[in-house]
Amino acid sequence: MDKGKEVLLSLRGVEVAFGGRGHRFLAVDDVSFDIYRGETFGLVGESGSGKTTLGRAIVRINQTSRGDIIFEGEKINGKIPRELNSKLIQRIQMIFQDPMASLNERAKVDYIVSEGLMNVKKGLSEAERRRLVAEAMREVGLPAEFADRFPHEFSGGQRQRIGIARSLIMKPSLVIADEPVSALDVSIRAQVLNLLAGLQKKNRLTYLFIAHDLSVVRFISDRVAVIRKGKIVELAGTEQLFAHPLHPYTKALLSAVPVPNPVLAKKRQPKLYDPACHDYSADKPVWAEIERGHFVYGNERELAGYRRELAGR
Amino acid sequence: MAELEKVCTKSFLPEERRISAQGGKVFAKNTESSAGREKILSVQDLVIKFKLRGQVLTAVRGVSIDVYRGESLAIVGESGSGKSVFAKSFMGLLDNNGWVDSGSILFDGCDLTKISREKEWTQIRGKRIAMVFQDPMTSLNPLRTIGGQIREALLLHGSLSRAEAKEQTYRILADVGIDDPKRRYRQYPHEFSGGMRQRVVIAIAIAGRPEFLICDEPTTALDVTIQAQILQLLKGLQKKYRLTVIYITHDLGVVAKVADRVAVMYAGDIVEVGSCEEIFFDPRHPYTWALLSSMPQLRAKGEELCTIKGTPPNLYQTIRGDAFAPRNPQALVADFKARPPYFYVTPTHAARTWLLDPRAPKVEPPGHIKRLGEEGGWRNG
Ligand SMILES: Nc1ncnc2c1ncn2[C@@H]1O[C@H](COP(=O)(O)OP(=O)(O)O)[C@@H](O)[C@H]1O
Ligand SMILES: Nc1ncnc2c1ncn2[C@@H]1O[C@H](COP(=O)(O)OP(=O)(O)O)[C@@H](O)[C@H]1O
Ligand SMILES: [Mg+2]
Ligand SMILES: [Mg+2]
Repeated sequence: MDKGKEVLLSLRGVEVAFGGRGHRFLAVDDVSFDIYRGETFGLVGESGSGKTTLGRAIVRINQTSRGDIIFEGEKINGKIPRELNSKLIQRIQMIFQDPMASLNERAKVDYIVSEGLMNVKKGLSEAERRRLVAEAMREVGLPAEFADRFPHEFSGGQRQRIGIARSLIMKPSLVIADEPVSALDVSIRAQVLNLLAGLQKKNRLTYLFIAHDLSVVRFISDRVAVIRKGKIVELAGTEQLFAHPLHPYTKALLSAVPVPNPVLAKKRQPKLYDPACHDYSADKPVWAEIERGHFVYGNERELAGYRRELAGR
Repeated sequence: MAELEKVCTKSFLPEERRISAQGGKVFAKNTESSAGREKILSVQDLVIKFKLRGQVLTAVRGVSIDVYRGESLAIVGESGSGKSVFAKSFMGLLDNNGWVDSGSILFDGCDLTKISREKEWTQIRGKRIAMVFQDPMTSLNPLRTIGGQIREALLLHGSLSRAEAKEQTYRILADVGIDDPKRRYRQYPHEFSGGMRQRVVIAIAIAGRPEFLICDEPTTALDVTIQAQILQLLKGLQKKYRLTVIYITHDLGVVAKVADRVAVMYAGDIVEVGSCEEIFFDPRHPYTWALLSSMPQLRAKGEELCTIKGTPPNLYQTIRGDAFAPRNPQALVADFKARPPYFYVTPTHAARTWLLDPRAPKVEPPGHIKRLGEEGGWRNG
């Protein structure tokens, strides 16, 4: 991409394997991409494609079995020094689909929001902690008095704000948002998307935005990667990807996105993707930059076809 | 917006008499315009309540709508707006703490609200009206084979022998797009993917040869490519078996794809109803505007998405006026005082909003809503 852009996170040949001998499978398979500081990098794919696993590999919950993950110039997967680990806990934060699902229902919001911070900043004074909680709550648009309440007293949208506050209080540079709005109603979804966009501008955040909803990803992302069965099949600037998808899987996925226009929607025939359309027996596939900033997974024959497609557009 | 409030003087408050007159005329008008189309279901002033911890909640607040044979009607609204409760009342499936408080549901001449015995429901449920729910896992028995469950539905509703039912099950499996029916017949739900399970649920629903199918968020739990396939399957089955289908969804993209007609639900009421094109290209109720506006498809990156301020009303309390008024920045004084009747924009398009009253000031829909209409090649009036 543009020269002026600074690479914040870089993945090279990253692999995450699950299962023991016999049923070993790759949930993330040879994934390589860069995320630039300040951008929103969208990762779309269907359920089970490995999106969450990839996000969890970056925050070191899932171990990688191959490849490098480089953050701010340092390798962060595999064995790392303890200081680096605690720095990463602060610098890379993850937001989940339902942040409350895994939480102690008996903890007050005040505790929930500052829990992570207290773990890394053991010496924090009570006054300072309260100040930071209040600041984080204000940033996500929650009234300060909510701090004394319990998560079950809140609606889905408010809970997601609590989840965002909990991440924000760490002052991260990279936020991995894993389906943050998938469980929300359209109008609430719009509020949370606006909030995330606003926070990004204000705090110069970088987002890895994971979702299965392409219309949301299109709205929020600068660039989009499409993942299928652990492999990234295509990556491009958002408008480029939506206007000129190349990989047949991307085409199928885009053709299935519901359009909110009854005339177009009823005309549209979703394309089917048949993995058997690739013949990789002799001519092996590679991850290739087909035009500036536009990557696609394919073999020589397919890439030649994609080049013709781009030339003829 | 504040100016608007000023424009709408306090004198803009209709008398009660006028409201009821309007309300009554609405459906007479509807019948005329729809001459030739057979009503399969006619809901009048339906009120559904629940009792929870000693308190009474009104989930459906006087809804009226007609459904015509062979059409597909989408009911769209956010969660909690009463879509599922409304549809469940057609099948006598309200939870035990809920009841139809008043109103009627005429289905082929029979008032379903008058049915009291479970035995009578079995003549309707599955046989004439069937339902497909969001989560196929809750509708399927994990311990029984797929084939066994479909065959059971066939035996329950028909007069087939066991052998005939088995043959028929193979045919239905093929009908819903499940390959290799003989092998699939013997498998269990956990051996099926989410999309395949939903096909099985649909197979069970059509096994009793119903004429009316209600699909409650049938694809919400599915991936987009699978969703597209399931919607296509439902469309195909609708044609093949001349089904009337109600789709319940919060997804406007799904609505655009499948619906002939759309009803927009808010806080237990249908606030607008019209043809799919009318609702998308010429919406009239401020809630419909708000709902359409919050779609990310209408915005480019970097723009702010429209949101709806505030929260839906408390259904435990009596709602005065237009339930959406407190969240509507363009609300008129009248919206807070009296419940609007349905005003007709066309014979097929009605909305419950005082904005359509001839005395109301002209309020334009948001710009991007108008653009949506222009893109659709839709002209007003
Ligand atoms: N801890 C785990 N052990 C074994 N398999 C796992 C584990 N976590 C995820 N998987 C599997 O890895 C694949 C990718 O899962 P996931 O990353 O959750 O997908 P997505 O987030 O795209 O829906 C799935 O097949 C899932 O079942
Ligand atoms: N068994 C019940 N007891 C009490 N309230 C209920 C019950 N079932 C539904 N409701 C309430 O009725 C309203 C409408 O619910 P529902 O029809 O499920 O909404 P939707 O399907 O539009 O999301 C909600 O406020 C819901 O909480
Ligand atoms: Mg996931
Ligand atoms: Mg529902």
